[in-house]
Amino acid sequence: MNAILAIIRRDLLLAMRRKSEVLTALFFFIIVVSLFPLGIGPETALLRKIAPGILWVAALLATMLGLSRLFAPDHADGTLEQMVLAPSPLGLLVTGKIIAHWITTGLPLVLLAPVLGIQFDLDSGALGVLMIALLIGTPLLSLIGAIGAALTLGVRGGGVLLSLLVLPLYVPALIFGAGAVEAHISGLGAGGHLSLLAALLALAVFFAPWATTAALRIALE
Amino acid sequence: MSNNKIIHWFKYASPQSFYPLAGKLIPWFWGLTAVFLIPGLWITFFAAPTDAQQGEGYRIIFIHVPAAWMSMFIYIVMAAWAGLGLALNTRLSGMMAQGLAPTGAIMAFVSLWTGAFWGKPMWGAWWVWDARLTSALILFFLYIGFIALQAAIDDARRADKAGAILALVGVVNVPIIYFSVKWWNTLHQGASVSLTKAPTMAATMLWGMLLMALAFWMYSIAVALTRVRAIILEREAHTEWVKELDEVKA
Repeated sequence: MNAILAIIRRDLLLAMRRKSEVLTALFFFIIVVSLFPLGIGPETALLRKIAPGILWVAALLATMLGLSRLFAPDHADGTLEQMVLAPSPLGLLVTGKIIAHWITTGLPLVLLAPVLGIQFDLDSGALGVLMIALLIGTPLLSLIGAIGAALTLGVRGGGVLLSLLVLPLYVPALIFGAGAVEAHISGLGAGGHLSLLAALLALAVFFAPWATTAALRIALE
Repeated sequence: MSNNKIIHWFKYASPQSFYPLAGKLIPWFWGLTAVFLIPGLWITFFAAPTDAQQGEGYRIIFIHVPAAWMSMFIYIVMAAWAGLGLALNTRLSGMMAQGLAPTGAIMAFVSLWTGAFWGKPMWGAWWVWDARLTSALILFFLYIGFIALQAAIDDARRADKAGAILALVGVVNVPIIYFSVKWWNTLHQGASVSLTKAPTMAATMLWGMLLMALAFWMYSIAVALTRVRAIILEREAHTEWVKELDEVKA
């Protein structure tokens, strides 16, 4: 447990020292979301309808941006090899890194989403569901993304390849996450979608660190 | 006795002994493909009755359904080989997974393509954002990702292992595809062939479908084995036994 906390603290400290990287992903999220009304037109009814999908797609892309930084700097300066050799299990350390990644990329999205949702004229109930869905969904994105980041570590054209590998796996999160908000707006209730999203998260919490660890060991062979 | 059998099977885990075995098996699988394909196509085009609602256009499902089945099945087989390769550290398993991937991708593409041709006259649209269509598209993307990842890593052993993890992660998606019909239950018609209740199609159509599915199956095995033989030659080019092969000498 101490090892996880130490890793989280270290990664957060590193992120704080290089604030621009975190902020870049955040502003990317804001800009992408703001581009859609410009492309589609300011019609409120239409914007309200497409808001959940747009916010979720932008969240997927923004999470993607940070993924290549998850292991690559540690791989470049040899820290990752020290982690493999460390007495604490690599799976725990990887989990810590994923949590830190979520705090720096996922959590700001959750907090920012309602502000952007207001731009799309979502009511307060829908904004609440959007926040809950993102709160469950963004850790899922970080967990799945970590597998892709580990698989493409030090691989030719890693960044583009990473998006090719990870985006198809993000689809269930997108469907249930955006579906939750849509279901709430249409009066069906978001409970079912949120439960499925949470089930996916439970599955990912169990398997993703394990798969990421295996992929890292292969990359470092 | 059983011990002998295990050793016997593992013998073919070595590329050197599998290469000639695959060479002997390939003509047989091509033969079986023809045996199933010819009556299958005959039923498809002549024996199967014209559908009351869908007319002649429905005949494309004799290609579409087997291709869709194979695209899912090959992914599972690929993941099984990949998992075997990770667990037992056998070189041939990775080659099998790599050999199967393009065939699976083609099957996924064919099922999407023929689905579009079926959808245009039946639904009036080339493409609808239905759950099953969408998950078939995602399956296609998963194949492309697998192929791209393996192509991006130069070290063959690392490519095998990284691809194996990706295949095992992706295999979670295959049951979601299959059950998506029940989960989302949208425009796409429900599964036509069911094990639990009587099939809703005529017996000749069912036979045609089964023959075509078997033909696709045998074709996939033949093509995948051919590809594995090529991969073996490529990866084992430095070894003595490859240099001794007649086809390499010539």
